[in-house]
Amino acid sequence: MSLDQDRPLDDGPRPPGGNPGLSSAGAAIAADLASFRPDMLRFALLHLREVAMAEDAVQEATLAALQGAERFAGRASLKTWVFSILRNKIIDLIRQRVREPVFEEPEEEIGEAEFDELYAGNGHWLDERRPSDWGDPERALENKRFWLVFEACLEHLPAASARVFMMRELLGLSTAEICAELSMTSSNCWVVLHRARMALRLCLDRQWFAGGRDE
Amino acid sequence: MMNCKRAARLMSDELDRDLSGGERFGLRLHLLLCAGCRTYRRQMAFLRQACGRLAPGGDGAGRPPASPPRSAHSGN
Repeated sequence: MSLDQDRPLDDGPRPPGGNPGLSSAGAAIAADLASFRPDMLRFALLHLREVAMAEDAVQEATLAALQGAERFAGRASLKTWVFSILRNKIIDLIRQRVREPVFEEPEEEIGEAEFDELYAGNGHWLDERRPSDWGDPERALENKRFWLVFEACLEHLPAASARVFMMRELLGLSTAEICAELSMTSSNCWVVLHRARMALRLCLDRQWFAGGRDE
Repeated sequence: MMNCKRAARLMSDELDRDLSGGERFGLRLHLLLCAGCRTYRRQMAFLRQACGRLAPGGDGAGRPPASPPRSAHSGN
């Protein structure tokens, strides 16, 4: 890709202090980084659920990428690289938030009885609640409206469940790592993940695969 | 036989940890007999696939996304 070296930065990656003093490697990737900003912000917001905090994470990740631009040289995908930086920023922020008593409000969880209505007394699916076929769900992955529904379903998970689920599935941490970060036991972690998957499945079933099936 | 509630729990757990031999055996047997749980398991796999797509370059639960992120820029 060729970039005009004098091309000004978009609003994204400019540090608060003014002139970022970019290296030529930094200047070469600045415009691309700015173009990733909306995706980065949406990703950070899913995890952090606070706009200001998500914006900070994106800004810090973008600056770190600009400053470390030399290290990027020759890598396959700039977007992959900058998202891996963002991922680490998000994990740092989650870690801080969990440790700061300021945020220590009692958090909602998905309760044990939440899914009892799906099962008969013997623990088998009730006929009308048995999982029904989603057809060819991969097709949905190409549909922009599906992603709006998917993100809305993630946002509807209770905060504590969503945090564990997204650390596992979006940030790619092992349950051992999640337990260490959040001071949970493994068995608690597995239960939370199970309930989050149940809730997400039901949400998608209701909001997309049942309603939008004809899509 | 293992019930669906227990099977659903194991179908989540198998995404996060290695099941024991007994758990694997019990689940496999259950799946042979239960179409609802076979559907459930495909849906769990789909959830993981979709999450992998949401994390550009991320390794959603240790796996690379199946294909480029949906809004990958095409400038290069």
